[in-house]
Amino acid sequence: MSTLFEEVRPSVAADDAVPVRRVELTVNGERRAADVEPRLLLAHLLRNGFRLTGTHTGCDTTNCGACTVLYDGVPVKSCTMFAVQADGHEVLTVEGLATASELHPIQEGFKDEHGLQCGFCTPGMMLAAKALLEENPNPSEDEIRWELSGNLCRCTGYQNIVKAVMWAADKLGANAESDGAGDAGDDAGGEG
Amino acid sequence: MALDEIKIGGLGASRRRVEDNRFIRGKGNYIDDIVLPGMLHMEILRSPLAHARIRFIDVSAAWAIPGVRMVLTGDMLAARNLAWMPTLSYDTQAVLATDKVRFQGQEVACVVADDPYIAKDGCEAIVVDYEPLPPIVNPTQATAPDAPLIRDDKTGQDSNVVFDWEVGDREGTDRAFAQADVTSTIEMHYPRSHPSPIEACGSIADFNRATSKLTVYMTTQAPHIIRAAVALVAELPEHMIRIVSPDLGGGFGNKVPVYPGYVVSILASILLECPVKWIEDKSGNLISTGFGRDIYLKGEMALRNDGRILGVRMHTDSDHGAFFSDAQPSKFKIGLMHSAFSCYDIPAAHLTAQGVYTNKAPGGVAYRCSFRVTEAMYFQERMVQAAASDLGMDQAEFRRVNLVRDDDFPHRTPWGFLTDSGQYAKCLDLGLEAIGYEDFLRQKAQARQRGRLLGIGISTMTEPLGAGNSREYDILGIKMFDSAELKVHMTGKALLRTGAKTQGQGHETTWAQIVAHELGIPAEDVLVEEGDTDTAPFGMGTYASRSTPVAGAAVSMVSRKIRAKARKIAAHLLEVSEEDIDWELGRFSVRGAPDRGVTIQECAIAAYSNLPDGMEPGLENNAYYDPPNLTWPFACYIATVEVDPETGVWDVLRVVAVDDCGVRINPMIVEGQIMGGLTEAYAMANMQFITFDEDGNCIGSNYMDYLLPTAWETPGFELHEVVTPCPHHPIGAKGIGECATVGGPAAFVNAVIDAIGDTGVRNIDMPLLPDRVHEAITQGHDVSGAPPVKTE
Repeated sequence: MSTLFEEVRPSVAADDAVPVRRVELTVNGERRAADVEPRLLLAHLLRNGFRLTGTHTGCDTTNCGACTVLYDGVPVKSCTMFAVQADGHEVLTVEGLATASELHPIQEGFKDEHGLQCGFCTPGMMLAAKALLEENPNPSEDEIRWELSGNLCRCTGYQNIVKAVMWAADKLGANAESDGAGDAGDDAGGEG
Repeated sequence: MALDEIKIGGLGASRRRVEDNRFIRGKGNYIDDIVLPGMLHMEILRSPLAHARIRFIDVSAAWAIPGVRMVLTGDMLAARNLAWMPTLSYDTQAVLATDKVRFQGQEVACVVADDPYIAKDGCEAIVVDYEPLPPIVNPTQATAPDAPLIRDDKTGQDSNVVFDWEVGDREGTDRAFAQADVTSTIEMHYPRSHPSPIEACGSIADFNRATSKLTVYMTTQAPHIIRAAVALVAELPEHMIRIVSPDLGGGFGNKVPVYPGYVVSILASILLECPVKWIEDKSGNLISTGFGRDIYLKGEMALRNDGRILGVRMHTDSDHGAFFSDAQPSKFKIGLMHSAFSCYDIPAAHLTAQGVYTNKAPGGVAYRCSFRVTEAMYFQERMVQAAASDLGMDQAEFRRVNLVRDDDFPHRTPWGFLTDSGQYAKCLDLGLEAIGYEDFLRQKAQARQRGRLLGIGISTMTEPLGAGNSREYDILGIKMFDSAELKVHMTGKALLRTGAKTQGQGHETTWAQIVAHELGIPAEDVLVEEGDTDTAPFGMGTYASRSTPVAGAAVSMVSRKIRAKARKIAAHLLEVSEEDIDWELGRFSVRGAPDRGVTIQECAIAAYSNLPDGMEPGLENNAYYDPPNLTWPFACYIATVEVDPETGVWDVLRVVAVDDCGVRINPMIVEGQIMGGLTEAYAMANMQFITFDEDGNCIGSNYMDYLLPTAWETPGFELHEVVTPCPHHPIGAKGIGECATVGGPAAFVNAVIDAIGDTGVRNIDMPLLPDRVHEAITQGHDVSGAPPVKTE
């Protein structure tokens, strides 16, 4: 386990002056633990500690949203949260969207509607979209544009991102309908 | 029998992108995702002042921090003759400051440490004593008689002028103005803007003492140029340098130049003999790296009463910051500013241009269109609107009168370029029809009676994309060709490499489509790789919308070389002479006996198993492509807006775009490029700029000050197309990536000026912030946005 945290732990002779805190959290459904400096940002724990590099850091000032993850289901900008604040909480990153065999409909929608170009904002954008669709399964274009306005994209001009979210909403709706026909108790998330 | 080209992902297929498979899973491989064993981390200490002499630097407290492995200052670099580096424009740039700092954010020292947090601690512990000097933030200040000399490091540099340049026919233009019925004049500033990809810059230098090999992972749009630059600057043998450009989180021109952070990380790796990673933060990116624009225009047009343009005069003053370090063709000092008015039939034109040093960040001048074409087209379309207004003529009709006609190609432009194709009037008419021009003019008149301000703005332009033919285009003397290498494996699958470097444009998808078009090998059977100088053929990289015009052409040409060899193999397999072989997509057959044939895949296995006597085995080749000319796409962008006279806020009602970029390889991707470009055009017109106060402080050094449009502000776009194939490109394609950013801004600004038209206001500088628009409406005068701004 020690190599896992090599990046985030001050490696200077385990300097006694540097305090370290134990954090335990659930990441993408898995229990994880790390010894971290209190000042370590959550984004850096995810990226460097757990090597979940799909969470990108763009602006360092909570504006761009590339680092968006779901924190107990709510989108947060992980570059402006300390790792220790996640102690005891659940975090979902882009790596937790797909199952081994199946993409999440939001991922399918982004690919099918050309909702990404360089791909750097995409993980944060998709997680913000996931939170939106869980709250509002049938959003209007305006609602999508408003709800995603905490995430910046420099490549696409957003039009195809809006289409991608609508694509995902349709697919999730269709999934929920067929699930409802087969098994009324099933969750509409389609995430597995 | 014949293959369906769309089904195999050939030309014209809106094929879904292969690169998306990793991006949507969070499995891209961007610079900060790369971790090497034993890697250290570097941070940069930047100057807080715009212009100051360095009295001393005390780094002792930084060295005392546990985990700090190295502290580098300009003096340490100077001892190794590395404090200054050559730029891509025959100037020099400080790597780390020695004598003076010349802009806010300039690199002063670097700290290498065990982790980035400690490296930042180290930077904060460094003490620098500065003696402030008066800062210069615009060309007027730079050329004032008592202006302080910014580049006192350069022998023979006795002013702040970088260059004076002129092009065109001075006397002929004077004659045109003498004959004019009306002379239209306008002045404006195109503000400094920053490309600002969401991912900033970074590098990981890894020097291996045992092998003498230097590997540098780097956010670069032009890895081979970087390899040459590193060879020259660091005096390392070029074959022992490997530059790898991984997935890039956007580029837009920001990742072309060589930055001090790259250079120092390389030096630190050589000195420490371990990998050194430098990841720039957003402020560092915005405050110090390649910007775009920052140029002033005095424009004049000689007009006849019937609407014909007789002549054009332009003078530009450009602000290059502290070092002249943009990449542009060495022949043209102000880039391709003289590509202005290329879509109009104008007898005489003259351009003078002066560039100056200021205490602002250097480099760039490229932002989703390099070589000053963006500014040229903006100035052109703003001048056109002012001229139409001065003549009292409808702005669409004024364009129609002056646009180059379809039967007038090839056409020599006012400053000597040769355009070769286009259907300009058709594009304009399609745009006007799509927006409902006549209807809108009626609505506008009716709204005006109720006190509402509606406006419509048009921008039509052709721009030179795809630098470029070797007669005219080079960077530091290196010709701007590009390359492709294709290896068809024995099972008919293929590996394609080019000298370009995708940053989101989708090369991995579209290059395979060109191979599919030329060879009939399904696109999904072609793996595309770029960005590693040890494996990719030499190329000049991706910027200036040059990938499809140059590297894309090379992909066609190398595929045709493969096809030519496969044809010989087919003749051998079919036991006929080569002249008796016909080609259809993916298959050779015997002329007159179409049932007797072999597929390209059968030729591939034969290349490794059953060759004609004397033929070299294998089915591989490469191609270097030197384009005969630039490509000249045409665009007509039309925006309608409503301006709130009480607040100066303006809303976009509709945006119509008609683009003619010739043959479209992947229409889905082309439309994505256009929408992205229109968004950046809207951004520059509405909110996005970097300015400076009197002390040279950069206003716009983070995303709270430097405003980028979100999904909420960004308007919807209605796209249309006209296809005029490029006559000299192998598949008839033209550049497209930058068209909308180039042509778009004028459509929005023209619309706002049109809306407030009866105030007599000719110009409001971009961005058209509400307070500027409000001032124009209420005061009835032009509004300048030139720095310095008052920050109170």
